[in-house]
Amino acid sequence: MKVLRIDLKKCDGTQACMTECARALFKSEDVAFSSIVVVRENGKSVATLCDQCGECISVCPTQALYRSKIGTVMLKKDLCTGCFMCIGFCTKGAMLRVSKGLVPFKCISCGKCVDACPNGALSLEQVDHENLPA
Amino acid sequence: MTYDYTNRTCYAKAEEVAKMKLAHKVLKEASFTPSLPQRGYNERTLYINLSDLTVSEKPVTQQMKEIFIGGRGFGLWQLWQAVKPTTRWNDPENELIISPGPLAGNTQYPGSGKSIVVTLSPLTDIPIDSNVGGFFGPLLKFSGFDALEIQGKADRDVVIFIDGVEGKIQIEEAPQEPLDSHIAAEVFTHEYAKDEKDLQNVSVISAGSAADHTFIGCLNFSWYDVRRKAARLKQAGRGGTGTVFRDKRIKAIVVRGPRARADSNHPADLDLMAKTGIKLHKEIRDGDEKQCKMHKQGTAHLVEVMDAYDLLPVNNFQYGKHPETPKIASYEWEKRFTIGIPDGCWYGCSMSCCKGADEFKVLSGPYKGHLNTVDGPEYENAAGLGSNCGIFDKDWILESNFYCDVYGIDTISFGTLCAFVMECYERGILNKERTGGLELNFGNAEAQMELMHQMARGEGFGLIAGKGVARMKKHFVEKGWGDPELLADIGMEVKGLEFSQYMSKESLAQQGGFALANKGPQHDEAWLIFMDMVNNHIPTFEDKAEALHYFPLFRTWFGLNGLCKLPWNDIEPADNAKTSEPAKVPEHVQNYCDIYAGITGKELTKEGLILMSEAVYNFQRIFNIRMGKGRRQDDLPPYRAVGPVTREEYESRAERYDKQLKEKVGIDPEGKPLEEKMRLLRKHREDQYQKLVDAVYKRRGWTKEGVPTMETIKKFKLDFPEVLALVEPLLAKATYFE
Ligand code: SF4
Ligand code: SF4
Repeated sequence: MKVLRIDLKKCDGTQACMTECARALFKSEDVAFSSIVVVRENGKSVATLCDQCGECISVCPTQALYRSKIGTVMLKKDLCTGCFMCIGFCTKGAMLRVSKGLVPFKCISCGKCVDACPNGALSLEQVDHENLPA
Repeated sequence: MTYDYTNRTCYAKAEEVAKMKLAHKVLKEASFTPSLPQRGYNERTLYINLSDLTVSEKPVTQQMKEIFIGGRGFGLWQLWQAVKPTTRWNDPENELIISPGPLAGNTQYPGSGKSIVVTLSPLTDIPIDSNVGGFFGPLLKFSGFDALEIQGKADRDVVIFIDGVEGKIQIEEAPQEPLDSHIAAEVFTHEYAKDEKDLQNVSVISAGSAADHTFIGCLNFSWYDVRRKAARLKQAGRGGTGTVFRDKRIKAIVVRGPRARADSNHPADLDLMAKTGIKLHKEIRDGDEKQCKMHKQGTAHLVEVMDAYDLLPVNNFQYGKHPETPKIASYEWEKRFTIGIPDGCWYGCSMSCCKGADEFKVLSGPYKGHLNTVDGPEYENAAGLGSNCGIFDKDWILESNFYCDVYGIDTISFGTLCAFVMECYERGILNKERTGGLELNFGNAEAQMELMHQMARGEGFGLIAGKGVARMKKHFVEKGWGDPELLADIGMEVKGLEFSQYMSKESLAQQGGFALANKGPQHDEAWLIFMDMVNNHIPTFEDKAEALHYFPLFRTWFGLNGLCKLPWNDIEPADNAKTSEPAKVPEHVQNYCDIYAGITGKELTKEGLILMSEAVYNFQRIFNIRMGKGRRQDDLPPYRAVGPVTREEYESRAERYDKQLKEKVGIDPEGKPLEEKMRLLRKHREDQYQKLVDAVYKRRGWTKEGVPTMETIKKFKLDFPEVLALVEPLLAKATYFE
């Protein structure tokens, strides 16, 4: 599977990745709709990224979350019941919800943010997912 | 050892299911307009009369919502109107009401999928309320009804099908499906689901063959577990709800609803719901392993804790611990449970307490050799079926747990009545001849199972035992078996309901928690043992009375709204101990106020929450009085719940009791004969109990006889003409507290 990585030293917090992600996922210009979150704290960038670990798959009561053939953790919206347990149980904080949202959303390792970053801080790494929850 | 959680005996082969369905004959069909609740309410309930096959809708009035809220409140109100003081459980006018409550079915806050079953109990002759999980309640709401009210009796076995997608209600003759719940739930789920994806949208209520022959019949509410690919069961256990269900000749009630969504309740503020729910999910994620280990052990984690504090009932509540407890302790169960998959009885319940023991090979009876997933055992089952009957064998406890559920038997009542029978056997009150050959010594698991199989077959001593402890006591006395006083002391029931599985001897507050409970001695009203006995936080009568005011009311609130108690205090915020009242878990109480506002749009304070419950609680007390129970004389525990009945019990904890005589009664036990010491201790403890009752009645706004005063009745707007006619004559000769 492909996992999004960030080199925080290169990140200056412009949030170009977030703008691009919100557009890609929701056709929105509002960065609240981005599945990658980068903020500046005390002059340093802090990032929230999904590493496709699949912990959320194990807690989902409807099997709305699943691992795709290429290994990415995906959501079947029609099965999702909006319990947000996946949000609560994700230790990375990478499962997200927007105000009034009926279902959560997450990063699908599409790579659009990688291309959008002017500083080359983001990359996609190929990782083995054989032993992760499916 | 790991178990394959998908491997079990298949009872729902497609061709057989189709054949059984084909044998159905529609006796009645009615249509309705499906709806989703607005801010938690559909504003209507469904009424079905099985005698004349009436199906109709009833409006939910403003008064119902204001005073009775929903759930248990709606059930009590509808039952009140349906019955007369002379009505008994098996009269056609008795009703079975299933109501989830306004907050039920939200998918965000853990523990929000409960239904409350209300009916006149065959054990107690007063209303019973039983809180149960499973998907039925939420799916009923999302079909369009805030309650289902069933009256009358069918003349043959029927299934009631509520299709909340098509807007159709059918009463069908269903001759072929088996009664026992593990099969019934599986088969009916497949019969009524449209396809594989629809299985989670179907829930079945069923009982089992023992509900036909006993007074301790329970109801199983199913929820479809997508990972196990099985219909799992949760029980409305207490008070014989399954007995009433079968007396009405109902084989199953099936609901098929739309898929539940985040906003199916049309909450006033979904963001507040999400925020409050996610906060608790995180707390559970971070705290469960350190606190209750629900994820790994369910409620079984309590077994060794209770033993350590001398609170685990052993041999019919004689003793509080046993050297063999480690054999049935939580770490043993943990090895048997499948861990790491969601085990919540409704979506969003991250407490996930419904553990399953997969690939259990049945040891006896009609399903011997079958492979099944056994739900539980929960603490109550391990203690009631196990230690209280002197049984410390995991496999046999799984066995009795399995059969209790599938036969439709309340595990708690069964455990307590079996323990009573065993003690009677050991004391010679019963013998092999009187039990028809069953050697019911403590620890005889095979005899325990045979007793249960007899209940399912409707034969032998099982028929007598299945009527419950209160009726057995009467029966034994009539037969001249045993000393009536001893039987009264060791038969663990109040108001006709068997005790649940905690020792209350050393906690005066808990004696009240049990014996003063509206429906009978069930810990879901008040569990004060740690607060009282272990931590000594409520030393005075007034303190105890305050606790016996607040906690039963706080817990009543769960039943009004369709919620589970566990996420309230089986997980606590990390800083809970630092708050001013840790036992109340203040932050979680605030969560409940928040989710109430989040759904209904009405602000609620912590004080307002208690007032909501207080109205319904008083109404239930008045209902009890109307049915002939619910006064001081009905609130008396058997002495076994209060202190040592027998020499052995006293001697086993002689140091404790001697010390109490000295320090609390002011009598030097030195040189006094045992009988004398026992008598003095008993007198002291019984006096204390009476003083407690006075303090509690006073705090609750009742008279010395236990009748709510006119002031109390008016405060909660319960002054309906029928209520006044009932209480006015009683209040005219009542004694009031200063
Ligand atoms: S919110 Fe949806 S995806 Fe997440 S755990 Fe609940 S049902 Fe599964
Ligand atoms: S804690 Fe257990 S019983 Fe309560 S709602 Fe959750 S899963 Fe159901």
